[in-house]
Amino acid sequence: MSDQLQNLDLPYFAIFLTFFLAVLSSLLVLAPTQRGISATWDYLKQVKFIERNGIVVSTYIVIAVSLWVVVMIVAPQFFMVELSFHDGTVAADVNYDYSQTPYTFNNYSYVIFGSGSDDSYFNVLHLKVFLRTIIASVCITLLAFVLCYPIAYYMAQTAKGGTVRLLLICLVLPFWVNEILRAFAFRILFGSSGVINSVLIGSGIMDEPFDFIKADIAMYAGLSYAYILLMIFPIYNAIESLDHNQIEAARDLGSSWSRIHYRVVMPYAKPGIASGCTMVFMLTAGALAAPQILGGPSSLWFTQIITNWFNLGDWTRGSAYAFLFLLSCIVFVLTVMKYFKVNLGELAK
Amino acid sequence: MSSGVDLEHVTIRFGDFTAVDDANLSIKKGEFFSFLGPSGCGKTTILRAVSGFNEPTEGTVRINGNDMQGIGPNKRPTALIFQNLALFPLMSVADNIAFGLEVEGIKYVERRRRAEELLDLIALSGQGDKMVSELSGGQKQRVAIARALAVEPEVLLLDEPLSALDLKLRQHMRSELRNIQQRVGITFIYITHDQGEALTMSDRIAVMSAGLIEQVGDGSTIYNEPETAFVASFVGENNPFFGKVIKADENYAQIQNKFGLLRGRNTQGLSEGDSAILFVRPEALSLVHGDEPSENVIESTILSEEFEGHSIHIHLEGETAKKIALSISNDGTGSKLQVGDTTKICFDVDRAIVLPEGDLADE
Repeated sequence: MSDQLQNLDLPYFAIFLTFFLAVLSSLLVLAPTQRGISATWDYLKQVKFIERNGIVVSTYIVIAVSLWVVVMIVAPQFFMVELSFHDGTVAADVNYDYSQTPYTFNNYSYVIFGSGSDDSYFNVLHLKVFLRTIIASVCITLLAFVLCYPIAYYMAQTAKGGTVRLLLICLVLPFWVNEILRAFAFRILFGSSGVINSVLIGSGIMDEPFDFIKADIAMYAGLSYAYILLMIFPIYNAIESLDHNQIEAARDLGSSWSRIHYRVVMPYAKPGIASGCTMVFMLTAGALAAPQILGGPSSLWFTQIITNWFNLGDWTRGSAYAFLFLLSCIVFVLTVMKYFKVNLGELAK
Repeated sequence: MSSGVDLEHVTIRFGDFTAVDDANLSIKKGEFFSFLGPSGCGKTTILRAVSGFNEPTEGTVRINGNDMQGIGPNKRPTALIFQNLALFPLMSVADNIAFGLEVEGIKYVERRRRAEELLDLIALSGQGDKMVSELSGGQKQRVAIARALAVEPEVLLLDEPLSALDLKLRQHMRSELRNIQQRVGITFIYITHDQGEALTMSDRIAVMSAGLIEQVGDGSTIYNEPETAFVASFVGENNPFFGKVIKADENYAQIQNKFGLLRGRNTQGLSEGDSAILFVRPEALSLVHGDEPSENVIESTILSEEFEGHSIHIHLEGETAKKIALSISNDGTGSKLQVGDTTKICFDVDRAIVLPEGDLADE
């Protein structure tokens, strides 16, 4: 470690540190408490955390949560960010140990400008894929919301206990099947000799099979379905606590159903909707299996490019791509949330 | 028919359960009408049938003479005030009040002006920008009334709106509600299990029990001339004396009871041999001073005595676990009685009423 520190190019290290702090702070912002460490400690003392839970349980909780945060979140991100500033063009050893290579911005500039040997000034191909991934993820999130909101509303306000349980089971059971298998199932469903084409041709609507995969319809369908539970449950939770009398009151005052939803139910369920949309967007943007399996030949998801870098053996470039992508998604989500006046704290409701 | 609310043979069933059984009544325009009964008697179901959330299984609900069948709650000229008020927590007070107007597509400025008018009416002028959570219980109550009045309903339906308030506020809101009703002059249909509320506010009251309307009448009729044993025992305090009718004419009936022969008015045409209950109000009972009257004298043991300022309540051992309650006005000398003493009490024959036993047989 000391050898390494001596080799450090100081300005690079400073920039790297700033970047890392940015990640760390965005992660901290995501934490529901939004407090500093000392404030958190004061808070725990105030609520008599240790007195209430006993020393054993308290210690376990503190250690487990710290391990979770440090080992699962902070450390991997730290190493990934650190890695992204190394020069991957200098050959690494067989274990992908880049620690001896110099610090550089090359990986980041490559995302935007490419290798420089291309015809265009910008890295058009990757930026296009990046934009398309974001836009498609937004569309899929909206589609999932449109599909899930009525189901969630029905389960939360209209259906009786038994029906709700049955519906929940029907929703959850398919997710026992592995994500990749589900993607393949969609491929079979949408294939040129698949069920959908057979039905369409059999019923005489079409003469020849439609290539759903080439048109990316299979991919969008698969991605929309992949995370519906994460959309339904937060919305269901939020709407369930809405007093049914409020809906009846609005109805009694002459309101149409659309206005009841727009003015009464949706504002009330806003935290749930935000939570569901955020999760679905983040997971869709970061999905790999569905685009890989269901994507048409011309379609590329940004995660596929990232994977590609790792597969090609340039982990530093892959890290830079992954980190930039994560950062963009977080910034995008925070901006949208700001626009809809949702607090981060509300997501944890 | 009339221009108020009419229920014509309204029966409402949920599966095998009959919530409302053949309700037949006519509520006049501008009347303050109460449905009074214990919880589960079907009064809320009737209210929801008038507002349109339930459809009657049989029979017809008419508002202004128009059959309301198939007309949704959003299309009826009624406004409902919920037991828990159901104000919209994410809207300001003014937005809550103006919600019905917003639905009608009225422009913001006009909405706001109407909301301010209603805020004046409910004595909350200038508080339109507050959030609902910033208001006290009584203020929320008044906002709920204003929100319902904003759509200018012809009938205002109130589902126990005062039950969440504390006693003092409840009493204040009673006169407030009555005031508002007289100012706006529309029909109020009020649901309550609190007979005090019903008696003080209503022009007429329908007393309900287990889906049946037992009696309809103004407060003093309900209190003084109950037609069924249920009404007699549910409205106000009453002392029942169970027995068989041994002598009856068109004016009076006499029953044989553990305490002897008791005689009261026979308004329901009871005849000899009928099982009956004689009801005497606590305030109609008095202690025997001096000469003993010729009839309706009961001898019993004093179990407790409560001094309540203007009156003194005395409880005596009854024929069942239920004590005989007696209340005498405070003449400044006290009752001069000791707990454990045996005393004689009596009542005037015209202040007791003999009614068919009905459903109260097991009590």
